[in-house]
Amino acid sequence: MTTLAEQPDVERAEPARRPNRFRSDRTTIYLLLLPSLLPILVLSVFPLLRGIYLGFTDARAGRNVEVSFTGLANYRELLGDELFWNSFKIGLLWAVGVTVLQFLLALGLALLLNQQLRFRGVARVLAVVPWAMPPVVVGILWKLVYHPDAGLINEFFHQIGADGLRTNWLGDFSTALPAVILVGVWAGMPQTTVVLLAGLQGVGRELHEAAAVDGASTWHRFRHVTLPALAPVIVAITSLDFIWNFNSFGLVYVLTAGGPGGKTMLPMLFAYEEAFRYGNYGYAAALGNVMVVIIIALLAVYLRRRLREAN
Amino acid sequence: MFGKPSRTGRVLQYLALAGYLIFLGFPLVWLLSTAFKPPRELVRLHPTLIPDNPTVQNFVQAFTEQELGRAALNSLQVSLASAVLTVLVAMPASYALARFRSKLGTAALGWVLLSQLFPFVLLIIPIFLVLRQVGLANTHAGLVLIYVVWALPFALWMLQGFVRNIPRELEEAASVDGASRVQVLRRVVFPLLAPGLVATALFSFISAWNEFFFALVLIKTPELATLPVALARFVGIEGTARLGPLAAGSLLATLPSLIFFAFMQRRLSSGSLAGAVKG
Repeated sequence: MTTLAEQPDVERAEPARRPNRFRSDRTTIYLLLLPSLLPILVLSVFPLLRGIYLGFTDARAGRNVEVSFTGLANYRELLGDELFWNSFKIGLLWAVGVTVLQFLLALGLALLLNQQLRFRGVARVLAVVPWAMPPVVVGILWKLVYHPDAGLINEFFHQIGADGLRTNWLGDFSTALPAVILVGVWAGMPQTTVVLLAGLQGVGRELHEAAAVDGASTWHRFRHVTLPALAPVIVAITSLDFIWNFNSFGLVYVLTAGGPGGKTMLPMLFAYEEAFRYGNYGYAAALGNVMVVIIIALLAVYLRRRLREAN
Repeated sequence: MFGKPSRTGRVLQYLALAGYLIFLGFPLVWLLSTAFKPPRELVRLHPTLIPDNPTVQNFVQAFTEQELGRAALNSLQVSLASAVLTVLVAMPASYALARFRSKLGTAALGWVLLSQLFPFVLLIIPIFLVLRQVGLANTHAGLVLIYVVWALPFALWMLQGFVRNIPRELEEAASVDGASRVQVLRRVVFPLLAPGLVATALFSFISAWNEFFFALVLIKTPELATLPVALARFVGIEGTARLGPLAAGSLLATLPSLIFFAFMQRRLSSGSLAGAVKG
């Protein structure tokens, strides 16, 4: 084994690589990286660390005195805060509901789009349009659809003679959360579909044909060929979807702003209110900390189970 | 992929497809329909799908009489500035990431994945405080900075992939021919990187154009509000008569992203961009 100093310029991993005149000093590399890393450090890494710290303080808006470290006080308060538990429960219902529904629907659509069907082109375009819309616009669009008087859904029930089903979907205690979950599914489904479709196209045709020749039924081939091959994609996209959904804000802010009566108060909305309506920075930051820990814990459990199943 | 399905199988498939098309398409049709309705039809109790007297006055109204016009201009400025800055900053870094191995680079790329985990609330308060300290709270400049930083990790990730696709041999050949480092970068790397730069610029333009949360919190002056914030405020004061301009404004706000998606269609289907464009 030669020492590093004696190692020639050629790297072992890339035999094709010839000595490069530009493979130069560290300074150049850092100079090239600096314009990117400095802003990330100042406006992303540092705020993140400070945000974590703020969660352990009594920081409040409009107070210029030094914030003081209060340890776990915020967390003790969170534990006893009914509004927090409410938002946490709703956030979980929302994130799991949207993620699962959107996955099932997207899988169905992806399987269909993978077939030789007419209107496949139209469906593929439509499958992408909701994704291209700003979340705020998606919220507005569905506010129009759910509108109690001038909305599409109530008018549909009127047309089929079911006026009894007309209701104020976003304003009613019992329908508000399912209504926003449906919007979440509509908004998130395209992206999941596209990812799953890409995954499906990577599933080998030969395997399928071999299985078909062996007389495996459609369901068997789906269960034993397609699903296992798709598993890594499924794990990745459902994890990401869950994180995104758990942290989502704009869509529901526009639809209901957390109402009626806190029935759609997602954790992010609750934290936003705490921070920017009541000025409780420290408390809101503590909530953010708790959410990160929860997300990491849930993901760890989920990923470990998946990985074990895969082995 | 499941071989030839039976006739009933086919029928079921088309029924399912129809269901999806209705689910995905109808809300969009409703938005279109509302945007083209004259005020009289908007207040009608039983609205029709196709306007009796379609009109474009909502579009005119949204962008002339209302604050939405100014908000659109604000959004355009902020998004353009973010796009240009992101590309300028990301270009050298992505070159370094692709061509040289360094711990710093690995850390930067790792940050992409990590940054997805954190809720914005955790970042927004400290960012708000930092910007206030340097006098950039409630300014477009502050917002642009945030958007650049927010777009950077993914921009770096994407752009370094483009650099990797440029054969190293091209650069070496040019340098053997006596070109200086700067010349190589300008004559060889830069032109080949153009599509990647366009993609990066588009990506950061769209994420700035669609962004809502930071704009809502960081901008307090109504005249400085970006389009998503102005639209959201519009919802708050909605009378039935305002639904028309609201729908029209929403449609126009979607146009840039639609064009972007049309542009990026092929990359999207490969799933490479899939994680990036999320509100």
